[in-house]
Amino acid sequence: MTVALEVTGLSKTFALGRRLIGPPRAHVRAVQPLSLTIKKGETLGIVGESGCGKSTLARMLAGLLKPSSGQIEIEGETLNAADSPTFGRRIQYVFQDPVSSLNPRKTIRQIMEAPLKHLHRMSKEAREKRIAEIFTAVNLRLDFLDRYPHEFSGGQAQRIVIGRALAANARILILDEPVSALDVSIQAQVLNLLSDLKKKFDLTYLFISHDLAVVEAISDRVAVLYFGSIVEIGPANQIFTKPRHPYTKLLAESAPVVGRPLTAPEGREIELPDPQNPPQGCSFRARCSRALGECGFESPDLVRVAENQMTACFNSL
Amino acid sequence: MSFFGLLARNRLALAGLVVMLAIVVLALVTPLLPLADPDVTNTADRFKRPFEENVILGTDHLGRDLLSRLLWGGRLSLAVGFASALIAATIGSAIGIVAGFYGGRTDNIIMRGVDMLMAFPYILLALAIVAALGPGLINALIAVAAVNIPFFARNIRGVTVSIAHREFVDAARLSGMGDARIILTEVLPNVIPVIVIAMSTTVGWMILETAGLSFLGLGSQPPQADLGSMLGEARSALITNPHTSIVPGAMILVIVMSINLLGDGVRDALDPRLRSGALSRPMPNTLVRRKEPVPETKNSALLALSGLKTQFHSNGRIHKAVGGVDLRVRSGECVGVIGESGSGKSVTALSVMGLVASPPGVITAGAANFAGQELIGATYETLRRLRGDRVAYIFQDPLTALHPLYTVGEQLVEAIRAHHLTPKVEARNHAIGLLKSVRIPNAEERFDGYPHEMSGGMRQRIGIAMALANDPELIIADEPTTSLDVTVQAQILSLLSDLRRERGLAIIFITHDFGVVAQLCDRVAVMYAGRIVEEGPTHAILNSPAHPYTARLMACVPELGRGRRELAAIPGQPPVLDRLPEGCAFAERCHKAMEACRAGDISISATAGQRAVRCIDPKFRATDAVR
Repeated sequence: MTVALEVTGLSKTFALGRRLIGPPRAHVRAVQPLSLTIKKGETLGIVGESGCGKSTLARMLAGLLKPSSGQIEIEGETLNAADSPTFGRRIQYVFQDPVSSLNPRKTIRQIMEAPLKHLHRMSKEAREKRIAEIFTAVNLRLDFLDRYPHEFSGGQAQRIVIGRALAANARILILDEPVSALDVSIQAQVLNLLSDLKKKFDLTYLFISHDLAVVEAISDRVAVLYFGSIVEIGPANQIFTKPRHPYTKLLAESAPVVGRPLTAPEGREIELPDPQNPPQGCSFRARCSRALGECGFESPDLVRVAENQMTACFNSL
Repeated sequence: MSFFGLLARNRLALAGLVVMLAIVVLALVTPLLPLADPDVTNTADRFKRPFEENVILGTDHLGRDLLSRLLWGGRLSLAVGFASALIAATIGSAIGIVAGFYGGRTDNIIMRGVDMLMAFPYILLALAIVAALGPGLINALIAVAAVNIPFFARNIRGVTVSIAHREFVDAARLSGMGDARIILTEVLPNVIPVIVIAMSTTVGWMILETAGLSFLGLGSQPPQADLGSMLGEARSALITNPHTSIVPGAMILVIVMSINLLGDGVRDALDPRLRSGALSRPMPNTLVRRKEPVPETKNSALLALSGLKTQFHSNGRIHKAVGGVDLRVRSGECVGVIGESGSGKSVTALSVMGLVASPPGVITAGAANFAGQELIGATYETLRRLRGDRVAYIFQDPLTALHPLYTVGEQLVEAIRAHHLTPKVEARNHAIGLLKSVRIPNAEERFDGYPHEMSGGMRQRIGIAMALANDPELIIADEPTTSLDVTVQAQILSLLSDLRRERGLAIIFITHDFGVVAQLCDRVAVMYAGRIVEEGPTHAILNSPAHPYTARLMACVPELGRGRRELAAIPGQPPVLDRLPEGCAFAERCHKAMEACRAGDISISATAGQRAVRCIDPKFRATDAVR
């Protein structure tokens, strides 16, 4: 097993109410110290609800955000400084909104050439050839190159964004909700394209989404994020069918599924924990029906509960 | 429409442009004109009136030719005005871009400095600068430019902040670009329109400021003329020889006026909102222009739509958003409308109560009958009474549906009192009751809360409470849970389902999610390219979709619990609504399309078990035919 990406003790704290001089007024911990390993050729899905820190985690992994603590190791090399070019050659990012991830005032050719020029210093002919290769791989016509981003539909724009990520020749792609801005019929096209590209270019994916079904369909393993920490991680084909953490179970039961009667899986007066005043102990305790006394004092560590499956719960299912 | 097209449509801006061009041309050709030397004094000929002997505009107190001084002075004033605008724009924008791009402490320090500069009255600051540098036109230019730098810096910083956080900047970083390159090639091109707008609206102001300094004797020095110094020198003879003041005064008026008119025109033409026509105020009702005879509805249902067609007319193009929709909703029934973006599901829902913005929306055909009352073409007053009272809407984004400056309580009370003359106290109690019925914890406290203090799920509950305020018979919910997290969505859906049972509500539920439809709706209508392609009881359609589009749409949605797999994607894209193909709109993407599909209109035909499908070769499972 070769490791594509290894993260140890990575965390991010944001300062709130920054002042001209002196310390900020408050801190918000978006990502608790967490460790994670992604194997080469694997697709790791990350699910969680809004505000759980999944995008913050992803931006740190791509070197777009400086971690507050911890270490990122990509393909055996430690990358500590948030230095985008070094990251860019190894790891690329596909954003949620394809329209705002393309500069409206540049042609598609200029957009596609940027990584080839600045990361790989390719000559004009080499760039030309590489772009043609990539465009064939993502099923786009070459005459799109001289158009501007607004002329494309969401699905086409997302293909262009994926093409740009491929152009950098990185082996790891972070896909941050890559299909949630797209229509369902287009979603499936893009998801299938991603699977094809993965086989063809031997890629490793970190696939972030709030849509459990999409994550399950594309991932090998899935990590469930709650309030900035991983509460459960396990194989995609069993994490939602046999969840061990109560939160994973809640997520799986909340997803609307054809043929399952409508039930509200939890009480309706639940409010999420406040990131500025994090609760003591397990952050899920207030919503949890299985909470024990110790959950209020100590937050549980991620422990192995089955082969490949780990969960952070004192009273796991 | 092109920039010049938009500019030319604005008559005043066009007039400004013409005058401005004339002045610029005059200023450019001034050295070539056979004019007297503007600086040669001839006290014998002082204060000549216009058209006296052969001086067209007369002479000033030193007998200098006013026309010559006016043209040379105007030339100088224009040049100084434009130069200082250019300098202020360059330096100010550079400061603004750097502050906005780097943010944090850099931004804080730079902007506080700019604030300090702004805190001085401009004329005082300009006077101080000129006093420090000494009088002279160049120093006046520097002063005027310096005074205007904060304006540009603040404007451009705001725009830059919003651009620096866009994803394409992150993408550029990952493409290996450095900060300088990102600023120059990614940020700057997106900021330039704003710089141009800011410049075009301030050039006139800067010409005035330069004239002001010259008027005080701090700008151009004698004998050199600019418009301000001409005014200053003429001041002493204002009563006896008013023409010496009127001539430069009128020139300043004409220049500044034409620049400002042009500037406003440029601003409007470059404003993206104005370009799309979004700034024109919509009418209170959707425009109805029905050419075809209005279909008669014999209505046993609560709401019956027949042959509804809604189009968007803009820039000579016609988008057929809704192309003939028939839909019936009975009392207490929940009907799901499912479709992708552009399928016309939201426009159908908004057309019912005349809420499609006009312009550009037009209802061109059809009828909508609500409890025996015709809605399409009804007066504004009729619709206003129904809206929010008997027919209520829940929108997708609860944050934009609620007013940010009023407490949720005030908004609920308003929703009640708009329709019923209830005393305030009673309305308040009713509102708190509503908040409780949508299970808002601490309803009394939340009543005085603002929308931004609540989570997305909480806000959507407020939206639902508002829809319930007047005990409506029909609620039209347009993707009410799409922007919510799954656990919150589950809560909202079960809430809607309970409320519907308790109150006998009819619901039209618009969504793109089959799972949601399956759990909530009795019947479902599938829309594609503005028309319903299949309709029937939910379980029947989900078990055996008859239209190829329904079947394939269901197949391409991943479903939880089925593990990792390849999805059956639908190839191609939905058709463009202003160029709909002949025949079936789905034929292009359909695996079983034949020639007949592309010829002539395909009608929706009823089949067994209350189902209807718009396909010439629908597919039913054998079990269905038996049933």
